[in-house]
Amino acid sequence: MPECDGDTLIRFRDVSKHYPLPSGDVVALDRVSLDIMKGDFIAIMGPSGSGKSTLLNLMGCLDTPTSGDLCIKGRNIKGMSDEELTLLRRDHIGFIFQQFNLLPLLTALENVQYPLILKTGSRECVDRCRTVLQAMDLDEELSAHKPTELSGGQQQRVAIARALVNDPEILLADEPTGNLDSKTGTAIMRLLDSLNRGEGKTIIMVTHDPAIAEYAHRVIRIVDGRIT
Amino acid sequence: MFFDLARRNIRLHWLRSLLAILGIIIGVVTIVSMGILGNSLVLAISDSLSSVGDSVIVSPHTGGAGFGGSTGSNLLSDRDVEQIRRAAAPHVTIPVSSGSSRMKIGSDDTVGIVYGLKSDDIPLLLELEEGSYLRGSSGAMAGARFAEENNIKVGSRISLGDRGSVRVVGILKERGMGFDINPDYGIVVEQQWFRQAFDQQDYNLIIVKVRDLTQIEDVKNAIDRQMNRRETVVDVIDTRAILETILTTFGQISTFTTAIGGISLIVAGVSILNIMLMSVTERIKEIGVIRSIGTQRREVRRMFLYEALILGLIGSSIGGVLSIIGGYAVSLVMLQTTEYLFVPSSMVFVVYGIGFGLGTSLLSGFYPAWKASNLNPIEALRHE
Repeated sequence: MPECDGDTLIRFRDVSKHYPLPSGDVVALDRVSLDIMKGDFIAIMGPSGSGKSTLLNLMGCLDTPTSGDLCIKGRNIKGMSDEELTLLRRDHIGFIFQQFNLLPLLTALENVQYPLILKTGSRECVDRCRTVLQAMDLDEELSAHKPTELSGGQQQRVAIARALVNDPEILLADEPTGNLDSKTGTAIMRLLDSLNRGEGKTIIMVTHDPAIAEYAHRVIRIVDGRIT
Repeated sequence: MFFDLARRNIRLHWLRSLLAILGIIIGVVTIVSMGILGNSLVLAISDSLSSVGDSVIVSPHTGGAGFGGSTGSNLLSDRDVEQIRRAAAPHVTIPVSSGSSRMKIGSDDTVGIVYGLKSDDIPLLLELEEGSYLRGSSGAMAGARFAEENNIKVGSRISLGDRGSVRVVGILKERGMGFDINPDYGIVVEQQWFRQAFDQQDYNLIIVKVRDLTQIEDVKNAIDRQMNRRETVVDVIDTRAILETILTTFGQISTFTTAIGGISLIVAGVSILNIMLMSVTERIKEIGVIRSIGTQRREVRRMFLYEALILGLIGSSIGGVLSIIGGYAVSLVMLQTTEYLFVPSSMVFVVYGIGFGLGTSLLSGFYPAWKASNLNPIEALRHE
């Protein structure tokens, strides 16, 4: 068991991820070692099928390594139960998706409330949610709308508000501007940049776009499951 | 929150939710109506037979071992009556003679059963509707149905051909089915008159009226020991046991019909299972999203179970109310009475029906809920 000290926010040590298939195991990640510190803004780049999403899924505790050790906030996630992984996600990690992935049955405000209710068990959290939404330039009127009534940029802002509402240290973004026009994409990236600079959020972002990757402090390139 | 999500999802897919609710309503109404009908049937039969459920009936032994098994004259003598009286004491022993005869009432000819009973025993066995009980030896009392069908009134004269004639002094109250005698379709005459008219000194059966029902078994055994010591001379029937057998049989029929109703509830359950599975399939991505942002498996399960519960609750409640109307209609059509509808043993079927409706809905929701909660979040997120 390697050391999982508190200075490194995310630590990969010889992490491999294999997916068993009838035709043989597919190696999605091959002995990856990586340290991500608090306040980092990292872009993960690489061709399709290179292992970018697998890396992001492991950081997001959506999956566990086949071998090697992965420490998040000083805790090795190897051997953690599904419940423990879910709690880690809920309390310390925010997800931003390319497709926004807002819950269609809920309004923008309710979408932001959802993770907070999961954490606190109380619905008395409207003020906090409104504050986060306002920080994303979404006023009270817009927050009463269902996702389908919002533009792509507005939906992504709601999704960022949802990711931030539980005040997580880590933000994982999977192609956050992939479904947005360049102007809106730039606005979203500025927002992420300000969250990193202003609030010290650690942001790990998967992108194909070199222009978007320029916002990051560090770019990790991955090919065939290995960091190059 | 999960309840709210479930409620909103039901509202979003209102048509298929409505169809599932309709299935539950039909299932509950069927199961409850059948239950109420069966219970009413048992109660109705119990009511009509309970007046004869307090007797031990002794008749000459007619069974036997194969050919020529029947022994004796198939009648009971005064000596038999005396022995039975001693065995059954202190309970009342009523010897009954019976035979059928052609009768002429006014200008009409008919055939009816004639029962010979001692005047003193008649009030112990039969109730009077009109007129008076027998006093002299030449009077007769007409059974309710017999009197109605043949237009017999108090004072009418009935001629039994060369056996003589009798004047009707009273009309009996309708007695319904019985295991001993069925005087509704006949007449009752004084035993002495019967002996002369039918030239029969012995009795066809003996009824022992047991005052305390807990002693009925003892009385039956006492008579059996007394009469059938060496060989089986008489058959001793405990009417309460017959009544219990009949009620048990009808109870089983009632259970069977209720079970048929249960099939429709199972169909409704399958319909819920189906729409819940559709709901899971449609929302795979949504499940992936909520799992990724920190929803536990048990919370996903709860959300889907709430959906099934809401469908079941609405369907069962409406079904419960409608089933009272259904039970009323079925009772009225099948039994021509609704007096057994609002008794606790019938109403309990409404509670059972609602319970089964809810149970079926929840049971149908378990698999989809389990399936949803066990989805791999990564695969669910990739789902299009």
